[in-house]
This record gives sequence, C-alpha cells and structure tokens, in this order.
Amino acid sequence: MSVLEIRVEGMGFWAPGWPDWNAARAGLRGEGQADPAVVKPSPTSLAAAERRRAPLPVLLACEIAAQACVASARAADALPSVFVSTHGDLVITDYMCSTLASAPRELSPIRFHNSVHNAPAGYWTIAAHCHAASTSISSWHASFAIALFEAAVQAIADDTPVLLSAYDAESPGPLAEVSPASTLFGVAMVIAPCAGSRPDLRLRLQPSSAGARLSPALPADFQALASTNPMAAQSLPLLAAIAAGAGGVIELAASDQTTLGVELCA
Amino acid sequence: MPDLIEPICITAYTATSALGRGLADHLAALRARRSGLQANDFTNEPLACAIGRVEGLERAALPDGHEAYECRNNRLAWLAIEADGFHEQARAAIARYGADRVALLVATSTSSIGATEEAYAQLDGERMPMALRRPEVHTPHSLGIFLSHLLGTRGPCLTTATACSSSAKIFAKAERMIRLGVVDAAILAGVDTLCGSVIFGFNSLELVAPEPCRPFDERRRGISIGEAAGFALVERKAPAAAPRLIGWGESSDAHHMSTPHPQGLGARLALEDALARAGIAAAQVDYINLHGTATPKNDEVEAGVIATAFNETTRASSSKGWTGHTLGAAGILESVISLLAIEHGLVPGTLNCEQLDPVCGPQVTLQNESRDVRIALSNSFGFGGSNCTLAFARGDCA
Repeated sequence: MSVLEIRVEGMGFWAPGWPDWNAARAGLRGEGQADPAVVKPSPTSLAAAERRRAPLPVLLACEIAAQACVASARAADALPSVFVSTHGDLVITDYMCSTLASAPRELSPIRFHNSVHNAPAGYWTIAAHCHAASTSISSWHASFAIALFEAAVQAIADDTPVLLSAYDAESPGPLAEVSPASTLFGVAMVIAPCAGSRPDLRLRLQPSSAGARLSPALPADFQALASTNPMAAQSLPLLAAIAAGAGGVIELAASDQTTLGVELCA
Repeated sequence: MPDLIEPICITAYTATSALGRGLADHLAALRARRSGLQANDFTNEPLACAIGRVEGLERAALPDGHEAYECRNNRLAWLAIEADGFHEQARAAIARYGADRVALLVATSTSSIGATEEAYAQLDGERMPMALRRPEVHTPHSLGIFLSHLLGTRGPCLTTATACSSSAKIFAKAERMIRLGVVDAAILAGVDTLCGSVIFGFNSLELVAPEPCRPFDERRRGISIGEAAGFALVERKAPAAAPRLIGWGESSDAHHMSTPHPQGLGARLALEDALARAGIAAAQVDYINLHGTATPKNDEVEAGVIATAFNETTRASSSKGWTGHTLGAAGILESVISLLAIEHGLVPGTLNCEQLDPVCGPQVTLQNESRDVRIALSNSFGFGGSNCTLAFARGDCA
C-alpha cells in the first residue's frame, strides 16, 4: 500500500493575529481580518506557573495541540502524538551556545532540560496526563510533509487517532542568518484512519515531478507568514486548500527529490 | 494491549563508540571487560569527569562532495557506516528494492550543535564565521541530510529527536512503515557526539559523575557522557538466520521533564507493549540491556520495574560502564550490544558496579556470563518522559 488515506478530525492554529483555526480559515478564504490583540500563545492546558515560565515553542505547540483535541472531541490523554519543528527552540540554542562560549559552568539546568527537541512533547504529555507514545521529529524544509506522513503511518498501522503538532518559533542572533524565522507559527491536526468511511486526505510519497510546483496564491497576511516562518511556508499551501474546501492535489516538499502529494477528497 | 506484529529482519548492523570501530572491537571489549571511558580531555574549560570519546574522529574528514555537512557528528556517522561493510550492504539494499522503497530513519539528541557552539566561540561581530555559515550543520536534521546525500535514498527520511530514547524509537517507526508496505526496508542510524551543551548541561543538573559511571552501584553518582554511532538495516524478508525485531513499546511518563516517574509507570507501559507485540511472556526473556545510566533516580526506578516484572532467571545489565551514556545514540548502540549477546551467547555484566544497590532484584548481573540468548530486550528512556523498549529474537526463535 503506497497511498495513505486519513480523516482530519480537528484542527488547531496559532500565528500572530490568528488565534485559532476558525479565524485562520476565514482569513485564508479572504473573509477575515487579523486581530492585532493576538500576540502571544497562552495555552490554558498548561498550569499557570508553567504558562509563565515555559519557552515560547512549548506554549505554541501546546496551544495548537489543545485546540485540535477540542475540535476533534478526542480525549487528549489517549492520543499518541507527533511533534515537529524545522529548527527546534533556537532561542535556547542561542542561549546555550552563548553561555558555553563565555561561562559554561553557569548554564541553567532548567534551560538545559528545555533544550531537548521533545520539550514541547514533554510538557504536553504532562499537561494532558497522556501516557501514550509521543515522538518529536524534524526533516528540515520537509518537516511538515514528513510529519503528516509519519502521523498517518502511525494512525493506520496502530488503528488510532494521532495528534500532529507542527510549529516553528523565532530565530535570534547569529542563528537568524543560517536558520531564518522571524515570527511564530503553528498548526495542529488530529488525524484518524478511515475505517471504511470516506477519507478527507490521500497521501502519496513520490519522486518530485519535473518543473516548478504550483502553489495556490495566499492572501497577503498569510504570504507574509510563509516568508517569515518555515513551518508556515511548508504547511500553508495545504491549509489554504483545506480552508477553500475544494478538491485537488497539493504537492508538499518531502525532501529535495521527493514530494508528498496530498489529495483533498472534496 | 496492542496486537501481535510480524517480526522484521535485521540483516546488517554495526556500531562505533569509545570501545572502537565495528562489531569485533565491541565484542572484544565486552569480553575483556575493558571500559572505553577516559578522563575528560574534550572541554576547553576543565571539568573533572569521565567521557567515552571515539578515537580518530578529528582526522575522519567527510568524502569529497560532502563538505557542506562537515561537523563532528557527521564525521562520526561517516566513520561508523564504513565499519563491518555496512555502507556496501545499505547500498545493495537500495539497489535491490529501489531508492524510493527504502526509508532513512535517523536519530540524535543534539545533532550537530557542536558546530553551532564552535561558531559562537568565534563570532565575526554578530555573524558566524564564514566557514561555519552553513545552514546544513545548524539544523536538527543535519545527520539525515548528510546520510540521504551519501546514500541516495528517496524514501521517507526523518530525524527523531526525543533525547535518550531517540534511536530506539526509529526501530518502531521502521516496523510500522514496513508493515503498511510504504517501504520494503529501512536504514536506521543513531549518532550523537560529545559537545559542550551536553557535558555542561548534565553538569548543571548535577547528573555527571566525577568518576567513571557505576550503574546500579549503591554509591553511584551519575552519568559519564559518551559518543557513538550505530546503524541497522531492517527488511521485511531475510534468511532465517538473521535476528528479528519482534516487538516494541513506546510510552510517555507524563510526570517531569528530567526525572523519571517514581513508580516507573512509563517504563512499565513500554515494556508491556513490547511483550504484547512480540506475543511473549516476561519469563521467555533471556537478557535485558537496561537503560542503566547510573543516576541515582533512573537506576532505582528501572531496577524496581525489572525486579517485579521478571523472574530470577532473566539476566539484566547496563553497558554504560563500557561506553558511557551516548544519549541519542544509546538506543541503537545498546540494540547492537543486545544483538551481539544473541549472536555470541554472551551476557555482558555491569562494568564498574561493585556494591549492587539492594533495590535491584536477582536479575541484575555484575559479571559476564555465557548462556543462550534467544530473546533480548533493550530499554531506552529520555528527558520529557519518553520511553521505548525493543524486543529482539535470534533468527531461529522468532
């Protein structure tokens, strides 16, 4: 079987100005405006103390994950999860590398344990009281497509709904030049195997076809997100198509030689 | 409980660590009870501790055409893939199945952050020095990019980074992909190298022992950090003699970012799921390679789980006294040690453990033993409460 068929049971979304999927969907259809009051994710799923102290990627990934769980009506404590980020937490990388260059013995233990790529998954499973499997991955500029594929493999192989939380945060200091990102962006989905019902998406990993891929035009606000955040660039073509509610095939980069063809079953 | 799975075949494997390059070096060091740990000579700022350092890494330049990926972690990957003919066997599998039918699943906890540390130590004003202004070495996926270019795979390629369970979890991913038929084979790689981030990071948590680590010793004072690379080729079908992956279990502690669940709930769930997928009872397990990091808490919790879940004939040990804790590479390195145990009928003891913590049951083995190992488990637990247990079987017992 080389085609994976899945249902999308719920979506989560957060970017500055766009606090959830309903707002983003309207914006992607050209029917809504950004809300200037939305500047920082604040997931109520985290305890208040952790909401104050946790790094931004943790807040972002947990906010969108919680939204997708609510939208899917699935219990968060039972869902296996796939967390994905192109760059991980570059604010912590910048802190670690700066401190190591000046005073290595002064490294903060909290910031060190928050530096692991699976920190958002760790905070999420604690907040959700979830003992199910959780993975944290990256595939550089193919991160979104490969994580959607991996989540689908897990959902179908183990016959379970799976939570996907995809995010990238800002890149500070000298890292900004090699790993550019200047805004926060995250999208989450709860996907499930079809079990005889109609699929929402059909995924097919294939060699890249010759010639440029056509990307649907994005509204200006979302084009700006795509040019300032790698996860936005990777996921927004599909999200715009989902928001439009039309059928068709979107091709997402799955490596520099392969694409993930995503067929929307209208 | 999860359903039984069809075993998948492990047709090639290798490891490089402080014990040496390839399987023969590892087997010889295990048999001779010769540790690879040495006094820390890695960090510029002195820190009194032991490390497991791979000899010759500084001279192991990447092959021509791969200069963009140059960094310590990718050098270790290159050094290790050449051992035991693994590189040729991986290429033969790609030729046999087609590049798009082979997954490349890699794992690391810190990837090439050593290169980022190096860049920050020699900033050119606000910019990285020109030689390190290479995006390919400042991403968590650096290892995956390098290996996919080296091998030319075109199947799914991703980096799993779940701290110290990373390279155990890629076996589970491979089994799922092969079971669904999205690929026919997978090349698995786990690589982590010494860097300031982990040595001073674990030091900040007061988890680094001043002496070589002593897993399950009642006087243990923490980990020794090591570096390692492990590779495995897994396929749906193979000759009967090839060892099999027969089960896996993954779970989350949902307890704390850097301390295990006090009753080992996550570890227990991962173990139960691995046994269920393999369709075996705990009594059938001959050997368990424990996570056994030598932190006071990890060993106490893990020993408790083993003591209650297994009967006294099962042998269990930690090999970290030989290699140090190789973090994101630990899962695959210790899978390789478990496969050596199966292949050679060798149960390694627990090096550096002299006064066994009374919390341990009769399973924990201090001395090496010769015995038939038909089924072996490998435990890997990581920060964020990420747990994974793998179950392997000798080819004729799967």
